[in-house]
Amino acid sequence: MSPNAAPTFAPGARVRIIDLKKPGHVRTPIYVREKVGTIDHFCGAFENPEERAYGRIGGARIPLYRVRLMQRDLWPDYEGPDKDSLVLEIYDHWLQPA
Amino acid sequence: MNSDHPDHDHHHDHTHDNAHGPHPTREDDDVVLSYGEAKFLALKGMLIEKGVLTADEIRRQHEINDLLTPHQGARMVAKAWVDPAFKARMLKDAKAAAIELGIEVTEAELMAIENTPTCHNIIVCTLCSCYPRSLLGEPPPWYVSKAYRSRAVREPRKVLREFGLSFSDQVEVRVHDSNADLRYVILPMRPQGTDALDEMELADLVSRDCLVGTALPGRNAGS
Repeated sequence: MSPNAAPTFAPGARVRIIDLKKPGHVRTPIYVREKVGTIDHFCGAFENPEERAYGRIGGARIPLYRVRLMQRDLWPDYEGPDKDSLVLEIYDHWLQPA
Repeated sequence: MNSDHPDHDHHHDHTHDNAHGPHPTREDDDVVLSYGEAKFLALKGMLIEKGVLTADEIRRQHEINDLLTPHQGARMVAKAWVDPAFKARMLKDAKAAAIELGIEVTEAELMAIENTPTCHNIIVCTLCSCYPRSLLGEPPPWYVSKAYRSRAVREPRKVLREFGLSFSDQVEVRVHDSNADLRYVILPMRPQGTDALDEMELADLVSRDCLVGTALPGRNAGS
């Protein structure tokens, strides 16, 4: 974790997980792309796995957040109450304000 | 596939899609090697040949991996149940709390997620099989199965029912996809009627699956 890469989104902020359509070792699963959720927690800043996976170690650290999405927003036919949710980790460059 | 680098487990776990199950990949296996397995063996051979790693170092790491068990996670939970200050530290920084108990943590970041009367949590890694190995050992086969990885996010309540857990609509079921840099462990609720138990007895109630969120303490314990 690096203290100098400050978060750009605050807990509670509404965010859209964008689809960068980037090939390779990306950690943003397809099922959450173009979905809107809420910043749950700032995890710290980490090197970009999209670079690290190809041996480019030691690059800039980017903010990583835990983003909470409601299951109903992920799957329209979700079986379960409206309160059910999912949290996953999304890097800053995959997020836009929503 | 065994974990030669438990701190970066998602880099090699993609090769789980093979016919070998829990057995190590080897050149003279009866089943045809997949592309990933052939690449893994070639890379391993080259690392040894170039002197980057020795066969002995690889063997020793395999042995360390085989020794890791869910007991470390259970020990941590039992400690949290009896020591509120430790629990607070664990929820703030699970890695520091594990190190405090003398656990050798290989993960970069660990996060403990607390179950409450109104929220039950369950962990999955949809992209591969990221797992807190230093606390729980090697993941069970179902955890790395494509069925669990795809269904746990899509129909978690149904998956939980198949594990024997059913929650009312008053309880939120919250899925945690361990898709990037953090590794997760569940802090389950202490069962009723366990006031007389000491820390070691409490740890015995905490099965591996409790720490992933697919079981509750005291039920299916010791699996």
